[in-house]
Amino acid sequence: MNNFSYTQAASTKEATAAHKDTPAAAYLAGGTTLLDLMKANLAEPPQLIDINLLPFKGIEQTKDGLRIGAMERMSDVGEHPLVVQAFPAVSQSLLLAASPQLRNMASIGGNLLQRTRCGYFRDAAFPCNKRVPGSGCPALEGDNHNLAILGVSDACIANSYPGDLSVALAAFDAVLTLENAKGKQRRVPLTEFYLLPGKTPQKETVLEPGELIVAVTIPTAAHAQRSTYLKVRERSSYAYALASAAVGLDVQAGTIRAARVALGGVGAQPWRSREAEQALVGQPATEATFRAAAAVALRGAQPRKDNAYKVELAQNTLVRALQQVAAA
Amino acid sequence: MASDLFPNADTPQPADNSRRSFMKQTGGILGLALAPPLVSQAERLTAYSKVVEGATTITLRVNGQARPVELEPRVSLLDALRERLDLTGTKKGCDHGQCGACTVHVDGRRTLSCLTLAITAQGKEITTIEGLAKGDELHPMQAAFVKHDGFQCGYCTPGQIMSGVACVKEGHATTDDQAREWMSGNLCRCGAYPNILAAVRDVAGQSAKG
Repeated sequence: MNNFSYTQAASTKEATAAHKDTPAAAYLAGGTTLLDLMKANLAEPPQLIDINLLPFKGIEQTKDGLRIGAMERMSDVGEHPLVVQAFPAVSQSLLLAASPQLRNMASIGGNLLQRTRCGYFRDAAFPCNKRVPGSGCPALEGDNHNLAILGVSDACIANSYPGDLSVALAAFDAVLTLENAKGKQRRVPLTEFYLLPGKTPQKETVLEPGELIVAVTIPTAAHAQRSTYLKVRERSSYAYALASAAVGLDVQAGTIRAARVALGGVGAQPWRSREAEQALVGQPATEATFRAAAAVALRGAQPRKDNAYKVELAQNTLVRALQQVAAA
Repeated sequence: MASDLFPNADTPQPADNSRRSFMKQTGGILGLALAPPLVSQAERLTAYSKVVEGATTITLRVNGQARPVELEPRVSLLDALRERLDLTGTKKGCDHGQCGACTVHVDGRRTLSCLTLAITAQGKEITTIEGLAKGDELHPMQAAFVKHDGFQCGYCTPGQIMSGVACVKEGHATTDDQAREWMSGNLCRCGAYPNILAAVRDVAGQSAKG
């Protein structure tokens, strides 16, 4: 790990001012992603700005929905009664992620900014367009069994966000509150926060340099309350998703009135499928409907040598998640 | 089974004004009161948002004692405990947050010391495996690991025990499936899992009874 200086910011202003002084500095929240990358010399910030004192706290009901402070920890949010009751899929996405220790440490804002688990990104011996733009992508022809099949490009097929929470947040129309160095706040829907790789896989989000995630707000809705997060892994716990599905349904008299669908583990970014939702709404809540929606969700898939299995796996994951919610 | 893994929506949850916040406050106050003058100067450096470069002396509160230690910002809590404070009970396994061998309690919460910078642990109450026993009297979780033979080589054991203590305290060891899930952050290469599970469930049963 490189040497670095350390400073603790007592306010947002102090944090962004310190970042302005040292533009290559990194913000430190839970540290579970950042320190891991620094130990592998994949991130070498000259300074860490500790933002754990920033007042981005609280889990509260607002007129726009449930507002969760970005510095809240995964464990506290995952077990919070307001989250458990109104957003079961969000709670499950948190509690099925990582380990209890990591969930005690990792912040919500940091979770959203975790980096890909692509083995080539994480090994400095290899080229990687995300790490060193223009250097190439060995994953295209190499070991790509855990990589993405939707939204990928010739430059990068990593699932840039490998986690779970953002998949559930994408499904249920969450909106992020961001604050820049001038103290100006803006609201960005989570589905517009992440960028597809295209020709610039190094650019993963719309965050400006020095900008901070302040809070996540999730609108309350019937389909969010009747929801689930189903995660399929190589082992039964403590692993990243090969495929996952965050789904919510509002079913009345056997007919689907509203639906939300997002997939994890298969997209270059958390993969909201509005096409699948359109295939569900107005239809009877039956397996045939769910199968048709799953086929639509994976229509644009671009599988490769080792990850072709994900097309069927993701479809079956989505169908089972919809069945579970319909039966609940 | 699945319902065991998640909090029951009907169960009242503790408000966040209890143990954790209390520990935080008292930890900070005690840490300040017990720290030698030189050390409180160093704490103020960070509190006033000054930049710390190179080695600096900080105070860590470990197992109820204020321990001054000189270190660079890049030193992990794990290395500070093992290499500077001679508390070698906490183990370094993967050093990347994947194995759980380095688990300690920070302000009462189980935490990976390998992914925690020591400098960020100032003013917090750190408990390591060395802090569990009361003199010669083993902590119930330590005694249960002996009773159930919850280890072979023993390398993951301190982390397993620290995680187990927290798991029971959190109320996440009420069934076998739930305890397995909530202990999944601690890997055991010897595969002593059945006996580790028995030890954790035994202690959970004891605390449920009384």
